[in-house]
Amino acid sequence: MSTQQEDSLITTDVSITDTGRTDQPDTTVVEAQNLDVFYGSDQAIDNVSMEIPEHKVTAMIGPSGCGKSTFLRCINRMNDQIDVCRVEGDITFHGKNVYDNDVDPVALRRKIGMVFQKPNPFPKSIYDNVAYGLRVQGREKEVDLDAEVERALRGAALWDEVNDKLDSSGLDLSGGQQQRLCIARAIAPDPEVILMDEPTSALDPIAAAKIEDLIDDLADEYTVIIVTHNMQQAARISDKTAVFLTGGELVEFGETQRIFEDPEHKQVEDYITGKFG
Amino acid sequence: MSTETDQGPGITSGTGAKADQKANRRARRVLFGCAAITVLTTLSIFFVLIDNAASYFFGARITEVLVGGSFEQTITFTEFFTGTRWAPDHSTPAHGILPIAFGTIAITVGAAFVSIPIGTATALYLSEYSSKSVRSKLKPTLEVLAGIPTIVYGYFAISFINPVMLGPIAESLFGISIGRYSMLSGMIVVGIMTIPMVSSISEDAMQAVPDDLRNGAYALGATKFDVSLNVVIPAAVSGIFASYILAVSRAIGETMAVTLAAGFNANITANPFSEIMTMTAYMVSMARGTSAVGTVEYQSLFAVGLVLFLMTLVMNLMNDWFKRRFQEEYR
Repeated sequence: MSTQQEDSLITTDVSITDTGRTDQPDTTVVEAQNLDVFYGSDQAIDNVSMEIPEHKVTAMIGPSGCGKSTFLRCINRMNDQIDVCRVEGDITFHGKNVYDNDVDPVALRRKIGMVFQKPNPFPKSIYDNVAYGLRVQGREKEVDLDAEVERALRGAALWDEVNDKLDSSGLDLSGGQQQRLCIARAIAPDPEVILMDEPTSALDPIAAAKIEDLIDDLADEYTVIIVTHNMQQAARISDKTAVFLTGGELVEFGETQRIFEDPEHKQVEDYITGKFG
Repeated sequence: MSTETDQGPGITSGTGAKADQKANRRARRVLFGCAAITVLTTLSIFFVLIDNAASYFFGARITEVLVGGSFEQTITFTEFFTGTRWAPDHSTPAHGILPIAFGTIAITVGAAFVSIPIGTATALYLSEYSSKSVRSKLKPTLEVLAGIPTIVYGYFAISFINPVMLGPIAESLFGISIGRYSMLSGMIVVGIMTIPMVSSISEDAMQAVPDDLRNGAYALGATKFDVSLNVVIPAAVSGIFASYILAVSRAIGETMAVTLAAGFNANITANPFSEIMTMTAYMVSMARGTSAVGTVEYQSLFAVGLVLFLMTLVMNLMNDWFKRRFQEEYR
């Protein structure tokens, strides 16, 4: 075993960055217990249990079709949009099962924001994109909308680039700017958790690097859960890493540094070193 | 293949390639011919309309003038466009198109008040709200509605909408006894006829809005209604507007149903229960064969036809303008 581990250190050029947040004690925000998800008769998530800590970046990695995105979409119930999707087991937010009958998915999504793989700004102005969440949540009047839009754009490191053209269309921005606009849109209503579904996979490396820096900053205020198929990215930005492998099983979950330097499972090691997947 | 081997790499045009190119050109010519037929048909209809309308206004066809006839204006444009009595076939004829133009516009506007709200709401329901099983029943039903012959709608109006639905209302609320025909009956029946047009084209436009946009809004805590109103409709607006224009154009040109529903009495009125006549209804009544070719009332058909043609042309131009102005911005 030990020789293989040394092997893995030699063969991977993954650099693990200490995010500087690992020392704080963990409070669990989102927790899955024996979670199963089915699409019709296909099982996408198989008996997954994990605890996701507050104000940390938790990365989910694994090959295509391993269920990592499905897991993410359970947390804010975006899977409700899919007719054939069925969820069994518990997934809790502050101890409350989000699939309980009395949970309103609309209210849940106001606490848990989401950023998608492909930048999807609305065909509206930059300002209206950022204000959208506060508006649909009926909080337009109780907050200073201009100030909130500015705060969100600053939070997404986009303010300096767009402050003189807030009225122009969000679609006129570059891909990387559009994705940061989507992040601004997600943080404007001040959620607790931000889900990110491969947020950099449609971007060029420079734009992706900016988003990664941003994610690091976001973790000070928010709990970030990010799905990525880029292992270097997971290693760089996350505090905890969950490795899903084909079949929807969570094979290993723990501190990112430990997962990358000393994985318990041979499969995880093979995946990380690129022998598989 | 063997012929190509002695020509080097086989990319020069051998005999086979030459034949291919010939077949290609022939196919292109046949397809162009088919496309040209539609253009020629439109142009010749337009020419026939102008030619006969010239005879109506100036007493001679353009074709007659070319062989030595002369124009002599018999009906002035002022009378035609501002006169309020329309009776070209009367013993004391009058040539004011306003009453029948009013009939057409009233029916069109009234029908739009029926088809646009119901059609848009149906499209929104089908695209955003309905479950797969409801959708699979509702869509074919709407398609059946679109496929019913217009004459059937006409008899539906004359035997049901007018006497059963509107008759009692007119009688009890307004003390008016309704005749066989009424303007309101025409508005309702044309409105119903054009609902499927609005709903199916609008629904296509809504379905074409990428799910990414919907998901983005849902993830921000938007309700289905927010998403429909603030995301789907604005993103699909050019397609939705196109469906309105098509429905309105259809209402302008609608003939059989509106003739049977609204009647043959050309007059400008605000009473929805009275009989009116649309431009198309006038053309139907003339087409019953009592007026001889070459008479003024026969030629008046073409003048009215030309005006109808121009009205629908304007609608099409509006549609084009709107499409350019509000083309879907999303990719």
